[in-house]
Amino acid sequence: MRTAARSARVLFSTRLQPWSGLKSSAKSLYSPAVCCQRKKSSYTTIPPPAKYGGRHTVTLIPGDGIGPELLNHVRELFRFCCVPVDFEVVRVDSSASSEDDINDAVTAIKRNGVALKGNIETNHNLPPSHKSRNNLLRTSLDLYANVMHCQSLPGVQTRHRDVDVIIIRENTEGEYSSLEHENVPGVVESLKIITRVNSSRIAEYAFNLAREKGRRKVTAVHKANIMKVGDGLFLQSCKEVAAGYPDIIFDNMIVDNTTMQLVSKPQQFDVMVMPNLYGNVVSNVCAGLVGGPGLVPGVNYGKDYAVFETATRNTGKSIANMNIANPTATLLASCLLLDHLKLCAYAKMIRKAVLQTLSETQLQTADLGGQCTTSEVVHSIMQEIQREGPRTSEQI
Amino acid sequence: MASLTKALKPILERQFGNTTKIFGAAVNSQRGKPTYARQTIPPPAKYGGRHTVTLIPGDGIGPELLNHVRELFRFSCVPVDFEVVHVNSASDSGDDINNAIMAIRRNGVALKGNIETSHTMPPNHKSRNNLLRTSLDLYANMMHCQSLPGVQTRHKNIDIIIIRENTEGEYSNLEHESVSGVVESLKIITRNNSLRIADYAFRLAREKGRRRVTAVHKANIMKLGDGLFLQCCKEVASGYPDIEFDSMIVDNTTMQLVSKPHQFDVMVMPNLYGNVVSNVCAGLVGGPGLVPGANYGQDYAVFETATRNTGKSIANRNIANPTAMLLASCLMLDHLKLHDYANMIRGAILTTMNETRLHTADIGGQGTTSEVVQSIMKIIQSSGPLTTEI
Repeated sequence: MRTAARSARVLFSTRLQPWSGLKSSAKSLYSPAVCCQRKKSSYTTIPPPAKYGGRHTVTLIPGDGIGPELLNHVRELFRFCCVPVDFEVVRVDSSASSEDDINDAVTAIKRNGVALKGNIETNHNLPPSHKSRNNLLRTSLDLYANVMHCQSLPGVQTRHRDVDVIIIRENTEGEYSSLEHENVPGVVESLKIITRVNSSRIAEYAFNLAREKGRRKVTAVHKANIMKVGDGLFLQSCKEVAAGYPDIIFDNMIVDNTTMQLVSKPQQFDVMVMPNLYGNVVSNVCAGLVGGPGLVPGVNYGKDYAVFETATRNTGKSIANMNIANPTATLLASCLLLDHLKLCAYAKMIRKAVLQTLSETQLQTADLGGQCTTSEVVHSIMQEIQREGPRTSEQI
Repeated sequence: MASLTKALKPILERQFGNTTKIFGAAVNSQRGKPTYARQTIPPPAKYGGRHTVTLIPGDGIGPELLNHVRELFRFSCVPVDFEVVHVNSASDSGDDINNAIMAIRRNGVALKGNIETSHTMPPNHKSRNNLLRTSLDLYANMMHCQSLPGVQTRHKNIDIIIIRENTEGEYSNLEHESVSGVVESLKIITRNNSLRIADYAFRLAREKGRRRVTAVHKANIMKLGDGLFLQCCKEVASGYPDIEFDSMIVDNTTMQLVSKPHQFDVMVMPNLYGNVVSNVCAGLVGGPGLVPGANYGQDYAVFETATRNTGKSIANRNIANPTAMLLASCLMLDHLKLHDYANMIRGAILTTMNETRLHTADIGGQGTTSEVVQSIMKIIQSSGPLTTEI
């Protein structure tokens, strides 16, 4: 029955596919009728994903470097905690020149609606026609918002305290358009695309999120004194959206000043919204401030899909398979995944165990200055869960 | 000779760099330029033992800090005369900035404050600072970030030289809106400029006895553009086997800078990454008030603060930190080969920073700008050879 329903749904959506050229309002008008199985409400919320018999199916993309081993730990932990999630593993080979792998992954995510991924390596020795697989995934699924919540975690020694910044980064356009050409030999032009539609969309997302989470201020980060038309358009779109949210303070700051302020006084920032490249730099600076790439999870949200990964998207090639990688970021990303699937009880349980383990210095991995291995950390998280949690699978 | 120079100048400006050098040796002989192809910037205008330097006050804290510089130079009897050229950032006409450029061409050296670029003006109103840099072809921006012992920072003993391409990249001012609501900004990377900046970086590293040069890029995403930059750096690196060369992606770089800045030695990068990385480094060593920067071209040099802040909010309140501007003036004196004066003033500044610990508000102290400058002058008087009255 499930397959019949699914094929009926596919038939419906393929029939209506030509209509997708219409404006988005028309699409949302049709989609409640078509995607009624997805229980989509009439305003833009991400529909709950594939679920049958109470168990969710989530796409898992292992990636390269430390991705596979950390995602194995996630699966192990989920199995241990009896989390009702099944993973559909899709491998993507980063060195293959054909795009079939990544297309399969995209199809799988479209089917399941949610994914957990490791970073896929982009080798810069390959020719320019070989696009970044991560980028392809983000643009095909139109995952327009990358959200990273940077918080100082108790128990982690850092130079800055009480950092609590949410960074919202436009994820599909900007400098990552992969549009470059060499008209004259020796002169390369890279195009940075900024559109009104995407800028308004990301600004809207940022203000919505700020309101939901009770945040007071949204700061737009830009370089409009130099890129007047491009970043000027971004800034203008943000201002227009800000006018609709009078309860939230809106200000803006140039990216160079932002990075300098982040390094000296990061506590002044609340929510930040910015185009793609500045988002990349600023999120890495913030990750460095709270303790490194092994601690912060990140989420990529689109209208219909959500993909969870570590915030700084490191492959970690140099520490792959050495059992020293920090699993915290990936585990916290999986907690965000559980929150998204509305399995909040499991999410809380795992998150509490992870943070508890992190706050004990003898259980920290090498990147935080400790000497623990990845498996030891995961093992102690499982012990913690067993101590507190309701039901787990066999004894450790 | 001067009229010959003037006559040939338009032709020289249009030629390639090499040709200018070849002609330049014959024509600009007054500038004492060596005849072999070593790219040295010629010593600037000097008559009767006194140098003339263009001074552009700029906006915000620029005018007051540059007044302090002049005061200090007069006090220390430095043989430098300033030719002041005001640039009005609010005016539409390009006359102001063209006058400034002409003055710098005449004198060869300039000291400037930052000229404000209001983003409420229409897009055809270009950034004055940018116009200056591109017209004079000041292709290398050099910033030496050093931790000062007397300043409280979270990181200690940082010593990084950042070399940033100053004329192309994202700062090309080439944008268009072909379709309404869709803007394309062009980022230009050329082989010539990338080779030039890489060469500058390696030569500087060699001169200063540095061990390693790191190229910062984003070639995994901008494969052609930053790929070209990286390739040019690699090519130049092969000619300097004594210096290690490695590369790092800009996001990883900023994260490493925030956690472990001591791993970096000399860094070379395109324009926008240079902007961000230099601001991060300035933040690490104590803020925008401490670090001087220099813009070098083949024939000209312009000195300013490294992070190019206008400081509008603290203008005319006597609380700005004069250190960056004063250290920039010391770099200028070094460039003019007035090393004794440079060392004397620099020593006095560092003594004030580190021993007397007279700090302004931005580094956590309570001193005013004038107090700091007075203290520097006192130290110069007690140690220096000849000064006028305070």
